Formats: sequence, C-alpha cells, structure tokens
Amino acid sequence: MSTAQPVATRRSVTGMSTGKLAVMWVIGSEIVIFGGILASYIMFRLQHDSWSHEAAHTNTVAGAVNTFVLLTSSLFIVLGHNAAENKDTKKAFKYIWLTILGALTFLVIKAFEWSGEISHGFTIKKSLFWSFYYTAAGVHAAHVIVGAIIMGIISLDVRKNKNLHRVELIGLYWHFVDIVWIFLFPLLYIAK
Amino acid sequence: MTIDHAHDTHHHEEGFFKKYFWSTDHKMIAKQYLFTGMFMGLMGGFFAYALRMQQAFPGKTVPLYGVVTPTLYNALATNHGTIMIFWFAMPVLIAAFGNYLIPLMIGVDDMVFPRINRLSYQVFLLSAIVLIASFFVPGGAFGGAWTAYPPLSANANYNLTPWGASLWLVAVALEFVAFLLGGINFITTFMNSRAPGMKMFDIPMVLWTIIIASILFMASVGPLIAGAIMLLFDQTMSIGFFDPAKGGDPVLWQHLFWFFGHPEVYVVLLPAMGIVAEVITVFARKKLFGYKTVFYTMVGTGALSFVVWAHHQFIAGIDPRMANLFTITTVLISIPIAEMCFVYIATLYKASIEFSTAMLFALAFLAEFFIGGVTGIFLGASGSDIYFHDTYFVVAHFHYTFVPIAIIGVMAGLYFWYPKMFGRMMDEKLGKIHFWGTVISFNCIFIPLFYTGAAGDQRRIYNYQNFPHTNTEFLSDLRTFATISMVSMLLFQIPFLYNFFVSMKKGKVAGKNPWKSNTLEWVADSPPPHGNFKELPEVYRPPYEYSVPGRAQDYWPQNEKA
Amino acid sequence: MMEQIITQASSYAAQIDNVIHLIAAIVGVWLAVAFYVFFSFIFKYTRKRHPKAAYITGETHEDGKWVHRAHFVVIACDVVILVFAAMAWHHVKQQLPPAEATIRIVGQQWAWKFTDPGLDNQLDTVDDINTIDELHVKVNTVYHFKLEAKDVLHSFSVPVFRLKQDAIPGRVITGWFKPTKTGEYDIQCAEMCGIGHGVMAAKIVVETPEAHAAWLEQHKSQNITQNIKTKNLKKLAINK
Repeated sequence: MSTAQPVATRRSVTGMSTGKLAVMWVIGSEIVIFGGILASYIMFRLQHDSWSHEAAHTNTVAGAVNTFVLLTSSLFIVLGHNAAENKDTKKAFKYIWLTILGALTFLVIKAFEWSGEISHGFTIKKSLFWSFYYTAAGVHAAHVIVGAIIMGIISLDVRKNKNLHRVELIGLYWHFVDIVWIFLFPLLYIAK
Repeated sequence: MTIDHAHDTHHHEEGFFKKYFWSTDHKMIAKQYLFTGMFMGLMGGFFAYALRMQQAFPGKTVPLYGVVTPTLYNALATNHGTIMIFWFAMPVLIAAFGNYLIPLMIGVDDMVFPRINRLSYQVFLLSAIVLIASFFVPGGAFGGAWTAYPPLSANANYNLTPWGASLWLVAVALEFVAFLLGGINFITTFMNSRAPGMKMFDIPMVLWTIIIASILFMASVGPLIAGAIMLLFDQTMSIGFFDPAKGGDPVLWQHLFWFFGHPEVYVVLLPAMGIVAEVITVFARKKLFGYKTVFYTMVGTGALSFVVWAHHQFIAGIDPRMANLFTITTVLISIPIAEMCFVYIATLYKASIEFSTAMLFALAFLAEFFIGGVTGIFLGASGSDIYFHDTYFVVAHFHYTFVPIAIIGVMAGLYFWYPKMFGRMMDEKLGKIHFWGTVISFNCIFIPLFYTGAAGDQRRIYNYQNFPHTNTEFLSDLRTFATISMVSMLLFQIPFLYNFFVSMKKGKVAGKNPWKSNTLEWVADSPPPHGNFKELPEVYRPPYEYSVPGRAQDYWPQNEKA
Repeated sequence: MMEQIITQASSYAAQIDNVIHLIAAIVGVWLAVAFYVFFSFIFKYTRKRHPKAAYITGETHEDGKWVHRAHFVVIACDVVILVFAAMAWHHVKQQLPPAEATIRIVGQQWAWKFTDPGLDNQLDTVDDINTIDELHVKVNTVYHFKLEAKDVLHSFSVPVFRLKQDAIPGRVITGWFKPTKTGEYDIQCAEMCGIGHGVMAAKIVVETPEAHAAWLEQHKSQNITQNIKTKNLKKLAINK
C-alpha cells in the first residue's frame, strides 16, 4: 500500500506530520457534530425543568464507572504511543489491545445499563430527555466502536512493525472520544 | 529541503476500470466529480424545465415529461434545489476544481491521502444514486422543500412520502460525509504540501477560496449532521425531536439547518470568486488589486456568515427582538462583499483586456453578482422581508447569486482550465455563442420573476390560477416569458456540450501555457501526466506578477528563478 | 412604485413599501455607479485601446484610498437602511397597538380556519363564527390574530396587507393588522405544507362596518358544516 505514496504525503510545510494534521481536522469536524447535539439538548434542558426528574432515573454509578474505564483506556493508548515511539512493537501491541479491552468494557457496561433502563420503560420514546439521552450516548458509542475497530487494524500493522506513527493518531482520536464522554456524563447523568 | 522523487512510480498501462473508476489520481477524481456534477446539473435543469412549463402552461402535458401534478411539482421543486446546491454547485466548484487545482497549483504530485480522496468520490456517487433512487420508491420523491422543515418532513402522515423523505435525508447526509472526507484532504494538502518557497501570500486566490470554503463547510455542517440524525429518528421511529406534541420544537431544525445553510452560500460563492480572480488577472494582464484585502475580506465574510443564519427565519416565529440583531449582522456582510466587488473592479483599471470566452464569463459573473448582491439587501432588512419572504423575489434574488456562481463562474473556470485538463483548446466561436445565449437568457428568466415576486407570487405554488390576485394576464405573460427564456438557456448549453466533448479530440493542441499564465499548473504538461510535474517546481514570487515594468514578457511565472 | 404593483390595504403597508423604496433608491444608485465604472473600464481598457497594462499592486495606502472611500459610503448607507428597516419591523411585529377585535386563525393541511369573535367581540364564546378559507373583517379596525397550526408549519400571508407570519404547531403567535381598504383579497399559505400547499388559498373580505354587521347578523346561528363541503371538494381536486 505504501509503494506509491505521493510526495504530497511526505511534505510537511507546517512542521506537523500530515496524519496528525488530518486527525486534528477530523476532530474539529466531529466537535461541531457533538456540539450540535449538545447545544440542542442544553437549550431544551434550560426550558424544561421537568427533565431533571427524568434524569434522576439514569444510572450514575454505571456512568461513573464508564468514565473511569474510558480514562484508563486513554492512559493505555498514551503508553502504547510511548512504546511505539521507542519502537517497542510488542509493548505497543499489548497497550493497544488493553485500550480495546477498555472500549469493550465500556460497551458491555453500557449494554447492561441500557437494557436495564429499557426494561423499566425508559425507552427512547419515553420522553424527549430519553431521546436525547440515547441519541447522544448512541452517537458516542458508535465512535467508541469505530475507534476500537481502527485500533484493531492498527495493531496488526504494529505487530509487523509498520506504520507505527498511526498509534499516535488513533491516540488523538481516542482522547477526543474520551473528552466527549466527559461532557456527556455530567450533562446526561449528573445534572438532576 | 525535501528532495522529491515523484517519478519512481512505474508507468504501466492501467486497465479501463482501474483508470476511470478506481483511480487515486487527483485529476481523474476531479473529472469524475466534474462529470457526475454536470450530469446532475443537467438533471436539475431538466427538473426546472418541467417546473417552469407547469408555471407557464398549468395542467398541460409538458413535452418530454408529462403532466406535472401537485405532488410531482413539489418533488421536482425540492429536488431541483437540493441537486443544484449539493450535487451540482458543490461537487463542481469545490470537489472538481479543488481536486484538480490544489495539487497542481501548489506544485506537488497528488493529494496527501489519495485513497481517501477516491473514497470521497465513491461516497458522493453513492449519495447521488440514493437521491435518484428516491424517485422510484412507493410514494415518490420527497417534496417538502429543500429546507425540509419538520413536522412536514418528519412525519409520513403529513408529507405522504415515507420512503422519499428518508432517502432524501440519507442522500444528503452521505453527501456531507463525502465532502468532509474531501475537505480534510484539501485542507491538509494545502497546509502541508506546498512547493518550497510558496509562502502564505504566494498562494493563488482560488486555492484560498476553496480552502476557506472547506473550513466553513466543516465548521457549519456538524450541527446539521446532528439534526439529520435527529430527523431520521423522527421519521423512522417517530421520536419527536421536532414534534411539539412530544415536547420537541420544529424551529430547532430551522436553526440547525440555517446555521449550516447560510455559510453554505459562501461555501459555493468563495470558490467562484476565486476562479474569477484567476481568470480576470490573466486576461487583464494585471496584478490582482490588493491581494491581502481580498484575502481578509474572504476570511471576514466567512466569519460573519456564521452569525446571520436567522435572517431566513424573521417571520418564522422567532423572538422579534432577535430579528433586529440578525438584520444588523446581515447588513454588515455587505461590507466585505462590497469591498470584494470594488477590488475586482479596481483590478480592471488600466488593464489590457482580452475578451476570451473565459474572460467574458468572469466579467459576467461580476455584473450578475452585483445584482444578486444588492437585491439581497431587501431580504436581509427585516422590515422589507416581511413582505418579500418566500416570494418569487427571493427566488429571483438567490438565482442571481447561484447562477453566476454555479453556472457562469463554473463556465469561466471550465473554459479557462480546459486546455490544461484535456490538452486541447475549446472553440472560441462556439464559446461566445454559448456565452451570449446563456447570459441573455438568464437575465430574461429572472428579471420578470423579481416583478412577479413583488406582485405577490409565493414560492412553491404549482398553479397561480388558484389565487385570483396572481391570476392576471400580465403576470402569467411574465411567467411564460421566463419559461421561454429558461428553455432557451437550456438549449444554449447544447453548443457548450458539443464544444466540450468534440474539442477533446478535435481542438487545437494547447501546449503547456496557452494563456501565458503565472501559476504552477501551467508549468506541467497539458494534460499533466500521473505525478503532474517532471521536476517538482519551487516558488519565487506571488501569483499575479503581470505586466511588471522593465520586463520584456508581460508575465512572470511563479517558478521562474529571477 | 410598490402600490402600483400591488394594492396597499393595511395601515402599515405604506411603511413597509417605503422601506422597499428606500432600499431600491440606495441600491439603485449603487448599482448604476458600479455598472458605469465597471463597463467604462471594460470599454476603455481593451487589448486594442490599451495594449500595455499598468502594474498596480493595490497594497499601498494611495491605491487603497478609492476602495476605502467608497466603503465608508457603503457603511453609511447600511446604517440608514438598518434604521428604517428596524423601525418598520418594530411597528409591524414588535409593538402591538391595543386590539379592537381579536380573531383566531388556524392553519391545517390544507385550509385556513378562521374564528370571528361574533357579536360579543369575545373569542371562545357560543356566538363565535367559524369560517373556512374566508375571513371577514371590518375596515379601519385594529385586529389582533392568534395564529396556530394544527399539523405542520403554515404561513399566514396577506400580500395586500404586507403581512406574513409563520404558524407553528404547538404555539400561539399573536400579531396584528388594521385593514384600510375595502375589497376582497388573497390569503396565501407561504410555507411549504405538503401536497396541497398550492391550493391553500383563502380570501379576506374587508367590509364597511355596516356590511360587516350584516354579515355577523347573518352568520350568528350558522355552523361551519357548509364550509367543510368546499374543503372536501378541494381535496378531490388535489387527488385528481
């Protein structure tokens, strides 16, 4: 795949690697997507005091544990990046998979949380609060899944000692996914 | 600094499929976007033809189309707008010209992510297919206007197009994904891969405009993507984000839509402005007047465009006090835009103008855009918008901006870069027939529509005979005149299409630099091979050094050492 | 100018038209000057008449002068337009004069339902008169309207009044008008509302006080079944 890499990809007028620059712009475009959902949510929330009663039914403990899980996985990807910088492919591979494990734990907890809520009648159609709750967290969870898949693909490269710089790139993305959750958690769970 | 070897890539013959459908070459992808965009543009034009025929001869069978029922009328009007913005103006102006010009003008061999670029086109093609498919599903295509205001768009009981509405939304969302992928590629390439020596103010204006447009798009489309997810949930699961009965708010969609929708106007305007800057400097043999002024006004326009969106909603039930605020920001936009127009006029001062077809289109862009710009003030001013909102005056106004942008500006660009794209010249005589036919017909369409709008014709009405006050002989004569002009404008595209396709084989061979232009794309062969340049160029000066005193030549290519 | 194109039949129509005239005058002058300069450059500096172009960067203060001066005039014009537009806006949409009568307007797919307060001039009483697609009002009377929508967005537009206001389901929007000229005029729906948008026409009848009183008297005991018939007819027409 890298046989015909164009000169364009190798140039670096800004001093920043092309991949990193691109990931920054990807994150920039994602920020406005989440910004749109959250701004809409906040506008409604300010107008409807009743939403806090709905929010009382969210599982704050599960949310808090998930926050911890995501933060830990962010740490793993940082360690993975360090290992990749030092060309320690084995260690990098291990940390990437620990990060993926974090992602999976997050999703499993989320699945239990949601199925509990749905079984208690708090479905996406219950009220607009729950619509926002499932939509915002769902879009975030989709990002977690995509991130985990990309990490899996990168880990295969890493094992072959190829494209080690991509560990840093997925790390940047993963931090972003993490930060989005740090916004979602208080807005959806804590503000009651 | 970087010693590049562009030509270690082997030159074996690629298969037909690989060359035309699976290419990662930015020039091929640009052509894919161009041809897809042109095809969609013709489709949008055909829709407009059916619409206008119904306006002029209500209830009669339209030749080549059939009877336009109210349902079909709405579907045609909705998709005419959607196609012209998202599947014609954007792919041609940004994706086709951006893909073609960015690597060539910054002196490099390709985009930084060629495969993402290919993916971008494939997603775009898919989006176009989904949109076309929406015409063949039960219930037919979506007909709730291109703005898709809920609750109409959110509920199949209201719009009666259960499949069409969702497919429309999915198609638009896919198109956004394609342009985000393309945009990230554009911006990264532009920032990181410029030729050695090409400093910020050595970059041709058209690239700045495409990049500013890409950034505007990226920064504004997010909320609408969020809105599209919400609307899709409303449609498929009847959630009710936009349904007041369920606690939602239909006006929220309007905010999300126009927060994107207004910057979108500048997303397509700026690249057209950039193309015109390139064309007029070359054919006026003159330096662009106040490069930095143009640059800052572009940035200013882009920034301001984020705070004007609610001028589309003056009478939509928003707090009336907000209208005053948005009138101020809207009228403020006239300041950078007026500056841009002054600067372009000043560029013509003491010039030496050659009236090639490309130049004629560029000048026509300016003249028509003046009209489009000033008529916007009637709508941006809250007081007069109460009357003009959603009348044909609005339709005429924005066609006076979008037609110069998407047709006249694009034509200026096509006639100008055609020799580079295909290695041959287009016929100037046919070009001039095309020019005069298009521009005169265009004015004959929309000047009468300003009047019918002022006389009270609302938009999106399939038959004005339903309203006694708009059912007068004079107004229907005007509508018929506009329709005839519209057909004439469509017919005048035939010489263009003939010229465009026949010149590929039969045109005069162009050579590297037929227009004696300065920018880097003219250093490459015409058409440039895979990898673009034999030796990657370096840059020594700004792009518009024409008629520099004391030089024998009246141009001074950017890559020429001293 | 505008009054020749379309009648002014409300108290604020002239004010809105005057904003339009003002803008037309200002941008008309601008357009004329811009076109004059633009075309005179094009005719003067052709390749034939002016073979060697000048080298002007436009970056110096001296060059920029011409553009910047013109610019200050643009800003001055903007301010004038803003002031007059905001004044008209304030008059029409923000400051409602006290009502002499209040009516209800409900938009639905695809008809307008009007409720006249009837003889007692009070809404929601037994003598309210409901009509479909026909609104009767008294000339020179300040009306408030309560605008509602039943299903999707509609927009209540009376071109001769220069009045337009979107109707939003779930909200009641209050506005006003004061008819000044008797006659029958169009009401249009100005917001895309589905298949029947193009037939969502209604008429407003502005009457003299005497005629209006007669109309009230005539309709005081009449219900709206009769009008529903016309609506069904219209639905048939759409389906055809």
